[in-house]
Amino acid sequence: MLGLVSEMGFLATSFVVSLGQLGVFAGRIAGALVRPPVRVRELVLEIYKLGVLSVSVVVVAGLAVGMVLGLQGYSILARFGAAESLGSVVGLSLLRELGPVLTALLVTGRAGSATTAEIGTMVATEQLDGLRMMSVDPVHYIVVPRALGLALVMPLLSALFITCGIAGGWLVGVLLMGLDSGRYLTSLQGSTEFVNDVVGSFVKAAVFGVIVGLVATWRGWRSEPTSAGVSAATTSTVVIGSLSILLGDYMITALWGL
Amino acid sequence: MPAAADPHVALRHVQHSFGRRVIFQDLSCEAPAGQLTVVVGGSGSGKSTLLRLIGGLIRPRSGEVLVEGRDITKLREWQLKEVRLGLGMLFQNGALLDSLSVFANVSFPLREHTDLDEAAIAETVHESLARTGLKDVDDLLPPQLSGGMRKRVALARAIVRRPHVLLCDEPFSGLDPISALRIERLLMDLNESGLTLLVVSHDAPSTQRMADRVLVLLPGQCVQGTPAQLLEHEDPRVRALLGEAIDPALVAAEEEH
Repeated sequence: MLGLVSEMGFLATSFVVSLGQLGVFAGRIAGALVRPPVRVRELVLEIYKLGVLSVSVVVVAGLAVGMVLGLQGYSILARFGAAESLGSVVGLSLLRELGPVLTALLVTGRAGSATTAEIGTMVATEQLDGLRMMSVDPVHYIVVPRALGLALVMPLLSALFITCGIAGGWLVGVLLMGLDSGRYLTSLQGSTEFVNDVVGSFVKAAVFGVIVGLVATWRGWRSEPTSAGVSAATTSTVVIGSLSILLGDYMITALWGL
Repeated sequence: MPAAADPHVALRHVQHSFGRRVIFQDLSCEAPAGQLTVVVGGSGSGKSTLLRLIGGLIRPRSGEVLVEGRDITKLREWQLKEVRLGLGMLFQNGALLDSLSVFANVSFPLREHTDLDEAAIAETVHESLARTGLKDVDDLLPPQLSGGMRKRVALARAIVRRPHVLLCDEPFSGLDPISALRIERLLMDLNESGLTLLVVSHDAPSTQRMADRVLVLLPGQCVQGTPAQLLEHEDPRVRALLGEAIDPALVAAEEEH
């Protein structure tokens, strides 16, 4: 019993310590963000690696999710004679929830884990210490372009996911189930509010981007300088990142109704 | 770069440990200005840790680490950046940036800290690479290099900005004998031009050839002197680390210990 209490106490202390370290790390990133020079070349390279190279995954996933939504939505709506509302069901589901959340989960698995592994390997091979010895802040040179890159690409990838999802729903609803294309699009347009739905979706995706960027870089930064340590850090990025996204989604929805 | 006011490295009563493993109990030693000091010691005796303390990459539990007259244990990270501008460091595995080419790696400190134009950068980089015996490697990436070449590129990067103090961790390991001799001569040339060097090495012959002073790290103590003095030292471990034929009884005693 005492052992259990002791173990729980240790876990609670470790959790608080980790939160503190994460807070300090976030502060260092924020400080480095506003400090010159602006590393445009590194940022563009990261946007390419994290964003452009994720496009194919996001397009395929978006189409698949949209097509499933089209099939499920049509069969349920048809029971109530409301099959013509398929466009709004698919569109709102994607805009308000599925688009930002699923994109963030996909990006965490593909780009977030890769970012952690890359930084972790740099720790293990003393590249970050090498930068320090050249009087270059590794947070400024290595971490900021990656964290900022993830925060910037997330809303764009989410928009792409939503667009593909809507297209997938259209393919199933219109070409497979025989719905009128105009009604599908009119239903979508009529039920979507720009600020609440479209802007809200972007804001959600941007918040998820910040979360993934912070978690991925932090886990890499804190990884043990061994192959097992880098592997563990990569796994923890996917676990912590995914849970943070899902919990963050609930918080944003509950607090601001987005 | 302007001349250093006091290119001198010293540690005073330094204590350092990793977890419960004590590395330095009460270490005091120094590398005089303009001299080439070789650090020797058994595996795990703290040679690399010593260089990392001097570079400010780790902080001791207590004691002073003086670099060019400043106790760097009291400095914040942004103040350490100023101190490190006068330091160069060759890491054991090179620590080259994997994603950058050889040219980009060596030119990196120049781009970060100078306003040199492209032509001047290219000239300085190629001069630095040539001093380590490398040419036509500009576009190669570090993973495409052998261990020895990586080390030479890293040395070229460490000296490209002409630091006041150069810290070298095992500069000869992984090098063929000709390359090792070339690097040894380069280090001696740099020393003759006024650079203070601290070189961690297991290579006893090169230590005897190039060292002005030798710093021997033993468990719980540190012995300093010229190679000639230390070859006459009463402790057989000191003489063995300087290249004297090892008495089998010494190995047996170490194993018992």
